[in-house]
Amino acid sequence: MNSLSVEHLIGIRDLTREDLDLIFKTADSFKQVINRPIKKVPSLRDITIANLFFENSTRTKLSFELAEKRLSADIINFSASGSSVKKGETLVDTVNNILSMKVDLVVMRHPSPGAASFLSKKVNAKVVNAGDGTHEHPTQALLDAYSIREQLGSLEGKKVVIVGDILHSRVALSNIYCLQKLGAEVMVCGPKTLIPIHMKSLGVKVSYNLKEALEWCDVANMLRIQLERQDVKYFPSLREYSMTFGLTKEILDSLSKEIVVMHPGPINRGIEITSDVADSDQSIILQQVENGVAIRMAVIYLLAAQIER
Amino acid sequence: MEKQVILNAKHLELTLKRLCHELIESHNDFSNTVIVGLQPRGIHVVERLKALLEDILKKDITCGNLDITFYRDDFRRRETPLLPSVTNIDFSLENKDVILVDDVLFTGRTIRSGLDAVLSFGRPKSVELMVLIDRRFRRDLPIEANYVGKAVDTLLSERVSVEWKEHEGEDKIVLYTKESNE
Repeated sequence: MNSLSVEHLIGIRDLTREDLDLIFKTADSFKQVINRPIKKVPSLRDITIANLFFENSTRTKLSFELAEKRLSADIINFSASGSSVKKGETLVDTVNNILSMKVDLVVMRHPSPGAASFLSKKVNAKVVNAGDGTHEHPTQALLDAYSIREQLGSLEGKKVVIVGDILHSRVALSNIYCLQKLGAEVMVCGPKTLIPIHMKSLGVKVSYNLKEALEWCDVANMLRIQLERQDVKYFPSLREYSMTFGLTKEILDSLSKEIVVMHPGPINRGIEITSDVADSDQSIILQQVENGVAIRMAVIYLLAAQIER
Repeated sequence: MEKQVILNAKHLELTLKRLCHELIESHNDFSNTVIVGLQPRGIHVVERLKALLEDILKKDITCGNLDITFYRDDFRRRETPLLPSVTNIDFSLENKDVILVDDVLFTGRTIRSGLDAVLSFGRPKSVELMVLIDRRFRRDLPIEANYVGKAVDTLLSERVSVEWKEHEGEDKIVLYTKESNE
């Protein structure tokens, strides 16, 4: 296997186990590259990439941009605020206008689930989904799994709990697909109102008790409460949420074994995770960010390799 | 395929020893010199050179492996993307005398990529090239080796293969030729 089975990266659901292994192997090499004095390779010097962000992002946008620059691609950036989208232009029109400037690959974040898949059928360019509403965020799941693999050696038989706002989280869904394909067991944990009822059909365990979930797992991935996506109140108050589901040093120290703590960012310190946990040795939050660049380089490199000259 | 042995085990060893002495002639005690083998096949040459040089000089020689996949100029001209091998250069090349090592010099394109790759580890004082086999008159680029094990004249359709005891079972260099009636 040395090419991906897919033409676009829309979701982890479409990928095979071989694809995941190939992405990780390629990311290993890129991780070496980004730790050299000169952190750049010329592979993609004839490729142009458009980063289209129809929704706010700091980390993902910077990470993609850096990954593209490290591969020597030419890039253009677009964010929805202050653009023609506000003037009523459709998604396909906006993107086709950008593509007529000879763009080979599009990285897109969009608030609507399915936007990336829709776009990939309409335009003549490679599409990488950087998050589509509450659907998937594949590169985040890849970098999370890659970071766990780096920390624990492999994912086979490992137990991972995802804690928090599962209902509104694209990170949770992508992570579930990704971890299961790699042989890990997944549990979700959070208030009943924020756990979708279909979770069990994905083969995922469900717990409503943080302590119980943490005792079970090897890795805890703490998610942010996505207040911006919540149209009604799902729990009485943030304070109550953080008292019931917030990860604190006391809970962590009371466990029978040492677990790995992750967070996809942005962190709301004091809500889903306390500062002392976020900054502790058990947390790999900053490694996740570093690995994000290597993973995105790998994904873009492997997709770009399919572009015909 | 017709086979013709260009160098057998005994001659290969003699050639490697001669190359070591040539290196010592220009690099003295190797105090500022590092050897970098190009993946995937150059690293086997380096393994042997390192052992021989350390035996002669009685000191450690700094060696590394360099993968040039991401620096190639034929990315997307091949059917499948090229999978990278491991690079391990855990030392700076800044101001060092670098000897790039590969098994066969043919079109020169690998070496060109290798030069690019070397520069991303710093600015070396000098870069030299050593190859076991120089397929003369077959260059696409103006690149020549400083140290050559053996120069051979070959056809484009022929293939030169450097084989090692540790990996292929026997030390030898073989020229494969397509039969004339093909």
